[in-house]
Amino acid sequence: MSTTETANHVVENTVPVPDPEVLKSWLRDMLQIREFEVRSMQAYQNKLAGGFLHVYNGQEAVAVGCIAAMRHTDPVITAYRDHGHALARGLDPKIGFAELFGRIDGCAKGKGGSMHFFDRNNSMFGGHGIVGAQCPLGTGLAFATKYTDEVIKGGTSDSVTACFLGDGALNQGSVHEAMNLAVIFDLPIVFCVENNRYAMGTAVDRCTASGNQITNRALAFGMESRTIDGMDIIEVYREMKGIINQVRATTKPFFVDIDTYRFKGHSMSDPRKYRTHEEEQEYEADDPIEKLTRYLLALKAMTEEEIKSLSKQVRHEIREAVNWASQSPVPDVSELHHDVYADTWGDYTGTSLPRYMKPATDEDATSGEASNGS
Amino acid sequence: MAREIEFREALREAMSEEMRADPRVYLIGEEVADYNGAYKVSKGMLEEFGPRRIIDTPISESGFAGLGIGSTMLGLRPIVEFMSWSFSLVAADQILNNAPKMLYMSGGQFGCPIVFRGNDGAGGQLGSTHSWCVESLYANVPGLKMIIPSNPHDAKGLLKSAIRDDNPVFCLESERLLSIKGDVPEGDYVVPIGKATIHREGTDCTLVGFGRTVYFCEQAADQLAREGISCEILDMRSIRPLDMEAIIRSVKKTNYCVVVDQSWSFASIGSEVAAEVHAACFDDLDNHVHRVHNDDVPAPYSHDLEQEMLPNARKICEAVRSVTYNA
Repeated sequence: MSTTETANHVVENTVPVPDPEVLKSWLRDMLQIREFEVRSMQAYQNKLAGGFLHVYNGQEAVAVGCIAAMRHTDPVITAYRDHGHALARGLDPKIGFAELFGRIDGCAKGKGGSMHFFDRNNSMFGGHGIVGAQCPLGTGLAFATKYTDEVIKGGTSDSVTACFLGDGALNQGSVHEAMNLAVIFDLPIVFCVENNRYAMGTAVDRCTASGNQITNRALAFGMESRTIDGMDIIEVYREMKGIINQVRATTKPFFVDIDTYRFKGHSMSDPRKYRTHEEEQEYEADDPIEKLTRYLLALKAMTEEEIKSLSKQVRHEIREAVNWASQSPVPDVSELHHDVYADTWGDYTGTSLPRYMKPATDEDATSGEASNGS
Repeated sequence: MAREIEFREALREAMSEEMRADPRVYLIGEEVADYNGAYKVSKGMLEEFGPRRIIDTPISESGFAGLGIGSTMLGLRPIVEFMSWSFSLVAADQILNNAPKMLYMSGGQFGCPIVFRGNDGAGGQLGSTHSWCVESLYANVPGLKMIIPSNPHDAKGLLKSAIRDDNPVFCLESERLLSIKGDVPEGDYVVPIGKATIHREGTDCTLVGFGRTVYFCEQAADQLAREGISCEILDMRSIRPLDMEAIIRSVKKTNYCVVVDQSWSFASIGSEVAAEVHAACFDDLDNHVHRVHNDDVPAPYSHDLEQEMLPNARKICEAVRSVTYNA
């Protein structure tokens, strides 16, 4: 039973460690994300993917652990390092690769790219490119679930939004504004700071006041906060489960400082001169996937053979996904003026859902489809 | 039944009627609730709809604009009031990057049915930071619609259309017009977005204006009528979509065109309309299109200087005389 320091007291975590079958599924999910990112980097080097590519290697326990602690209908929103969250939410990797490759079968028909993975069916609200800008949107998601439950349905608030941000976003005004609004409006939102210690190439203590204790930011807003180890998925899950339950009950926001590490650079063009090789090795020794693997082996829930076989299976699945996506057609030029407006006027041809979300028979673009998940 | 009410009351009726009809609609902004609206547009709405739907915010435009946009992703239809569009500049990332692009970036998954509204343009001696005309800046962005009503009837009808629209709509009002009165029907009607109207018929020169400039055009047309020049005043009402057909129809009739735009001249709505008219009416024009804008300077505080800066009746008269010299 782990214990965690909070601002004022020590809380004993009573959330049980899940069954080995659940842990195995997490291992699979984390391996899937890692392999997706390995293949993404390869695709980028092969020029199958363009633009900017920010990979999630090292941070897998954060997305998988947090999302495992939520209901599937609880909204998730994040910044541009978003592949892990979308996959953890249930996006099919082949749809993700199709988006990366700018193909019509992508989750945004190839119009969003790596930084803009959206998946409405899995309550994944992006994928946002401007640092911190997703936080006001996240408060809007929390506002909307509460408004819908209480004002429209006349019941009680029953959803929790997870709004992910990096430590680098903490110095954006929009993040402060979002936290203030979340507190004064009592919004059911968890600000999950993936503290990977670098704002692009600038170390957190070089750019963030009280960067060695970022929960101070929450203190300023009177928001409850906690620091957790993001390299240990069991801890992430157990802590987040308690926090999510609390926020669902109180509808008051929560701030979580999740310590993690970005194994790769900020993006593909980053030579990582701002940190030492020793530091990287130290964190790589704390790999969240290896940690869970060791745990499962110690539990005798899995054998070495089974781990290898799982890993092989995931590699195969991802390779197939890359092949499938690379066969997907590039968007027709008619897509250029589609999805700009919900209705049809001038050169604009209305909107329609991406192919993977459409029923097989639905070929028509209608404005009604843009009217969201009501 | 029409009765005479103020512009601000027309806006309030539009919001209240739509809120009664659709529980997904709410109003959020600075001082909209307890204070009854900084310009009394939302007066009494807190009483009718309660604090869950008429929501006061901190002075935090980026935050509450983004909150509104986020809430559309789950099906709500917010009306976000900016006390002044001048203050929307600090929310530019949210209103220009997120609202108009969400549908495209998400490949059709998330539309953004939201209305941003508030005062735009020079008020009365507010100085440069509070006198922004954002229309030329913001109308540049695909994915949004923009309406600028000039009278109470259109204000109610256009705002109701905006609230029902599935796209982000920017509604630009003028503090100088909020107290003017006009005939407004009781109950439900809409003015479609994207349709201009002929405000006054004429034969010799088309004046193309919108919002407050329609009144400058009226003053100029009165003066020019005394000089024997009959002006047709076209009220654009919508900037995006822009009803070029109506403008072209009028210019083909008068063969002369002056565009009156209260934003700066460089890369503006005025320059857009002029370019379109030149392309569409090349053989019909008896002179090139003239444009009247705010002077290309920051808005001054001093009363007389501010009046001189505006696209006022004197400047419009000079432009019309100049463009029709060969008539």
